[in-house]
Amino acid sequence: MSAQSLLPARWPVPGVFVALVLTVAIGGLVVAVDGGQLFHQATVVSLLHVAAGLGLVAVGQTLVIVGGSLDLSVAYLISLSTLVAAETMNGSDGAVLPAVGLALTVSAGVGLLNGLLVTRFRINAFIATLGVGLLLKGYLDNGYDGPAGVTAPTLVRTLGYQRIGPVPLSFLLLVAVTAAAWFTLARTRFGHHLVAVGGDPEVARLSGVRNDRVLVTAHVLCSLCAGLAGIYLASRLGAGAPRVGTEGLYDLESIAAVVLGGTALAGGRGGVAGTVGGVLLLASIDAIFNQLEVDAFFKQVIRGAVIIAAVAVYARRALRRGRS
Amino acid sequence: MMTVQSRPLPMRPRVRPGGLLPILAILGVLLVLVAVRQPDFFAPPSLMSFLGRSAPIILLAAGQYFVIVSGEFDLSIGSLVTAQAVIAARLIDGEPARTWPVVLLLLGCGALVGLVNGLITTRLRVPSFITTLGMFLILVGAVYYWSDGAPKGALSEEFRRFGRRAVEDVPLLGRIPYALLVLLALGALAVLVARSDFGRTLVAVGDNPRTAELSGVRVWRHRTIAFVLSGVAAAVAAILLGGYSGVSFQAGAGLEFAAITAVVLGGVALGGGRGSVAGAMLGALTLELLLALMNFYGVSGALRSTVQGAIILLAVALSASRSPSR
Amino acid sequence: MAALAAVTLLSLAACATDEPAASPSGSPTASAAGTGEQSKFFVRADYEAELALLDAAPTGPADKPWEQALNPTMVETAKFKRRGPHKLCFSNAALNNPWRQVGFKTMQAEVEAQRSRIREFVHVDAEGKDQKQIADINDLLGKGCDALVVSPNTTATLTPAVEAACKAGLPVVVFDRGVNTSCPVTFINPIGGYGFGHVGAEFVSQRMKRGGKLLALRILPGVDVLETRWSAAKVAFDKANVDVVGVEFTDGDPAKTKKIVNDYLQRYGTIDGVWMDAGAVAVAAVEAFQDAGRPVPPINGEDQLDFLRIWKQAGLTAIAPTYPTYQWRTPIIAALRILDGQPVANPWKLPQPTITQENLDRYLDPDLPPLHYAMCGCTDLPGYPRRWK
Repeated sequence: MSAQSLLPARWPVPGVFVALVLTVAIGGLVVAVDGGQLFHQATVVSLLHVAAGLGLVAVGQTLVIVGGSLDLSVAYLISLSTLVAAETMNGSDGAVLPAVGLALTVSAGVGLLNGLLVTRFRINAFIATLGVGLLLKGYLDNGYDGPAGVTAPTLVRTLGYQRIGPVPLSFLLLVAVTAAAWFTLARTRFGHHLVAVGGDPEVARLSGVRNDRVLVTAHVLCSLCAGLAGIYLASRLGAGAPRVGTEGLYDLESIAAVVLGGTALAGGRGGVAGTVGGVLLLASIDAIFNQLEVDAFFKQVIRGAVIIAAVAVYARRALRRGRS
Repeated sequence: MMTVQSRPLPMRPRVRPGGLLPILAILGVLLVLVAVRQPDFFAPPSLMSFLGRSAPIILLAAGQYFVIVSGEFDLSIGSLVTAQAVIAARLIDGEPARTWPVVLLLLGCGALVGLVNGLITTRLRVPSFITTLGMFLILVGAVYYWSDGAPKGALSEEFRRFGRRAVEDVPLLGRIPYALLVLLALGALAVLVARSDFGRTLVAVGDNPRTAELSGVRVWRHRTIAFVLSGVAAAVAAILLGGYSGVSFQAGAGLEFAAITAVVLGGVALGGGRGSVAGAMLGALTLELLLALMNFYGVSGALRSTVQGAIILLAVALSASRSPSR
Repeated sequence: MAALAAVTLLSLAACATDEPAASPSGSPTASAAGTGEQSKFFVRADYEAELALLDAAPTGPADKPWEQALNPTMVETAKFKRRGPHKLCFSNAALNNPWRQVGFKTMQAEVEAQRSRIREFVHVDAEGKDQKQIADINDLLGKGCDALVVSPNTTATLTPAVEAACKAGLPVVVFDRGVNTSCPVTFINPIGGYGFGHVGAEFVSQRMKRGGKLLALRILPGVDVLETRWSAAKVAFDKANVDVVGVEFTDGDPAKTKKIVNDYLQRYGTIDGVWMDAGAVAVAAVEAFQDAGRPVPPINGEDQLDFLRIWKQAGLTAIAPTYPTYQWRTPIIAALRILDGQPVANPWKLPQPTITQENLDRYLDPDLPPLHYAMCGCTDLPGYPRRWK
């Protein structure tokens, strides 16, 4: 196990893509029977937009989870990042770069805090990031009584609404970030170390990995991804929004997407491609139910069941592979 | 991880001292702060009512302790509390005669949800974080769906009594809330269970499931029972909380995080194998006292989460630095 | 890597955008004024205009308040005239609280009442997520709707999506929360914000002990309509020299509410008045006083039946300004009028009825569940009362 986890994160095509294809095929059929059209351009664009937002967060979440950690503060960080970006821009195109830079710097700072609490102060990631989330919540509650700032029109036009055919620019951003994360995880020293730390921290330490540094880096990367998601949302919404992250349930949904994508919650195993599959699966279920006008609460029941069932299937496969 | 115990388990499981010192210290500091600001808080009637209203979260923390010490999580308890309060209101619908049957039904439901959580986690090998997160989504979705998005019916006065009323005219103390009596009884029971063979084995399971398995413990059975205990605790909490404040969809919102925070504050290690149920319950009491303290000191409503977050981080960091084993 | 291939393929396709023509979509009134009096949501001109509306005489049928409008300015809609029956689409912010549930049922009943004129009614629930509602609106644009009704989740952030819908050429009707653009044909809502906060605060400050201690219980920070309610209340309290000893957020959680009230009672010995920015936890606040064995001070709630019942039963000194759920009928009526080419009011300000001791009995409907909102204007609609049970 531990020897394997030092190898690059090569992981067979996760079942999530099979599930995705099946879901879209069956869903498309049901929607068609119902008299609707799942592959209508507007629907596809909407689906990809929703996937882009969640996807950016989930890719970052994958990195910390592979390293055996977790980040529950992302939802608040996303809101914070939309506000930092939109307030710095304040409607001026000239301020886009400083705003993006500032939002990402703040995000990296939060990631650093998370990472240090988890490593130096040895606080369990669950509590550490929950606590940091509360710190941010207080700041947001105290400082904002509603949307604030104005996103630069250029950014709204491009990242927020521009698309190529049915594919929004934001989804291409997700593809690029995913590719970068995949490369980092599979082809760099840091990536190998991260997988090793997630697999067995003791073995990793003994083989010369500087566990703390690796985990802190992973947390910073995760927060950067959340910050990027915030910038995207600010361009989509045209303003900073203090509740957008929590209302979107980005914390729990991103973890769900990661796990749906076949990454082990305990760490040491998984990858970002599967995560994007998980995000697309969740977004497709959303889109199908939207078309069928299924009750939102019933949909939540289905989501819960799908998540449990999917992970049960992975666990079975892993078990079989372990035995053979 | 920790150094592997070579001693046979669970024949003579280690009895850890529990590490109650940090949580007692924090509780002490908060009590002093309360005493400075609001001395009459310690007058028997007000103290009794404070303990009564804190009973639900303390019981949830006790239930969560069993799950966490065995190395798992239960994120479904908040939604379980909400679901049960809503179910109770709809089934009772103001009829006093239905109170006891519904109470029994709720306890059964709690145990059943715990059993399902436990079996999915142990038999299907789904990490409990995911199992109980899925259960959370399912319960919230189902109860909203079932009640069309707004709770219906009403709780009977008999049902609400457990959480809202008190034994009056007690000498010295004035009045003792029923919730406090329930808390004392079940709290004592929880301590007994934690000290029983089962409780000790559970700690061993959380410490090192493989070693426990090798020494003949049926790990899955112990963990499943832990989930059932947590589910039953959630049912009791729902009865008390529904009684205290009436039915609403907010009844259980966020309680899972509160309970886990309380357990960790009480010195129980996430990941299992270390901690005591008394610590977990003291952790919950500390959390409740912190909220009351913020009311007494008039901490601005919007800033509260920051204060709460900072204190939690500080407390956990302090207790983490005191334990050399991790 | 299929993704990369797809990207290259797609980049060959034509560039396109869903963004509306670069119209100034800044947030105008709200952030501009900044009186600094309490929050940036307090805009004195809006405040005074809304308070003036409280006394305005509505135009429209007296027995149908959902068709009434205050000081209406009519807009021409001839260009939207179409032959029916129509397909109406509705992008809903959420259905996650009893107010929205009652409202949506009322809207569905209105649709049923107008069955002969509505061929299809499409409803999409954004589950309280801005991001999803933007996607929903975009999605609905591809569905051949004759008119689009939007109940935005957030004011500023839904503006671009609503502008895109206007640009698509179909008539857009916005209600409840507004958007920062004038492109919809009409925006419907009751006085609701400053007016709501003012009526409750004025009543409480007049009835409570002079110079007494008041506790303000709020649901959440950061929700604009609740912020305006509080800012208007603050003005009233300052004017009446009321000592506001606490402003606490309850998260709509009755247990938390009871704990807060209890601790405040202990801290100050007595609380002489309670003001709320929404009625959801009013009953819990009342119970907290009852359980502590204290008289319940003057308090405001909303038109939820559980509050009205405890008011009657305990003989409270209370008032219930309302944000009536019957406003969910109006967008359907407005959309149909627009599709007929009839002029409609814009903005369409509905009156804000207030439940007082005098008219309380009229609203105590024994048939409906405790969390039902009495001001639903639904008694004449198909399926009453079963649909709302």
